[in-house]
Amino acid sequence: MTSASRSLLAACAAMLWVFAGGCQIRQDMADQPKNRPLSPSPFFDDGRSERPLLENTVARGSIADDDLFVPKESNAFPLPLTPELLKRGQERYKIFCSPCHGIQGDGNGMIVMRGMKRPPSFTDPHDPRLRQVPNGYLYDVVTNGFGAMLSYSAQVPATDRWAIIAYVRALQLSRNAPASELPPDVRDKLPKGDSAK
Amino acid sequence: MAQIFHRSTNFISRFSLFSAVFLVGLGLVGVLGLARSPYSTNQNVVRAQPVQFSHKHHVGDDGLDCRYCHTSVETSAVAGIPPTKTCMNCHSVLYADAPYLEPIRESFRTNQSIQWVKVHRLPDFVYFNHSIHVNKGVGCSTCHGSVNQMPLMFQASPLLMEWCLDCHRNPEKVLRATKEDVFDMNWKAPEDQAKLGKQFAIERKIRTTAELTSCSTCHR
Repeated sequence: MTSASRSLLAACAAMLWVFAGGCQIRQDMADQPKNRPLSPSPFFDDGRSERPLLENTVARGSIADDDLFVPKESNAFPLPLTPELLKRGQERYKIFCSPCHGIQGDGNGMIVMRGMKRPPSFTDPHDPRLRQVPNGYLYDVVTNGFGAMLSYSAQVPATDRWAIIAYVRALQLSRNAPASELPPDVRDKLPKGDSAK
Repeated sequence: MAQIFHRSTNFISRFSLFSAVFLVGLGLVGVLGLARSPYSTNQNVVRAQPVQFSHKHHVGDDGLDCRYCHTSVETSAVAGIPPTKTCMNCHSVLYADAPYLEPIRESFRTNQSIQWVKVHRLPDFVYFNHSIHVNKGVGCSTCHGSVNQMPLMFQASPLLMEWCLDCHRNPEKVLRATKEDVFDMNWKAPEDQAKLGKQFAIERKIRTTAELTSCSTCHR
């Protein structure tokens, strides 16, 4: 091997080393030894970096929900009723409830069409039961589930649950309002035969 | 003394000099192109998952809102992968015996996580936050594509830095009018988007291009 080819080889090796080293550094920055939300972790036996609650502990902030707790039998409503709360409730109802309960609360949502057990209509004019249950009962159903419906406490925070309940009450009212209680300008829009109802 | 080289060598030497420059340039273009190609960005690559979950079915056919499962998208940096419990909301009744869904039921029984394969992976030195984008009016489909038409999930955008900057320089071209629009998979920019977008950017106090393209906006 001539000295020229030897130095060429050395230069190539040096370049390769720099190149490989450079790549290594890049990967270190992109894959830092830290956990991101829901990233796997070999440190714990179950492979999760997010840790479940230990027994007999409560999550930070969950005490705040205590103010929003209303017993099943109580008809209290723990938040001030505002148009914003109703709007929020409408939005959350569409996201989390309408798949089964339907956009009108009649229990004809898309998932029911797919074969889910049909929930009772809570706006049914012929069945006042769910229109008469106290607010606390509705809160309990959303929080802990009922029948085929599992708990929605993980998906819907407590304030949103109350927003939804407010909206459900508005739905029940709107689906069962007698024409005589409508404001005159709205009543005029009704088809003529319906105004007697 | 006789000439050593024939006259034609003039051309050959010029040509090879030019070719060398050209080839180096071509190589450079090739490398840059490769770095931007789906080969390196994983764009449009469908990943095998423990359960072949179809967004097309759940979003497109059933009409579920993104937020039904990705509950934290409006309030936190990550949209959130739903816990197995969310699947069971429906699948404790629907397809409750389907062998296809056995990994879901097993996860629910044993309390072991389903190890979904991450499709949109940013390097750890990027601090992307979903909530700020969603709350300022950037729609899901702007980055994630028409998820309601994807039987299997893939990364619809290159996720390159230049792709991020493209919007951070001109946010007005993607800003949508309402929250409902943000989660609408079929949203199309209205004809006066340029004008509307500028107005939304002012109303929502979107930062200036200088701030949006500052290094520390995304790298901390």
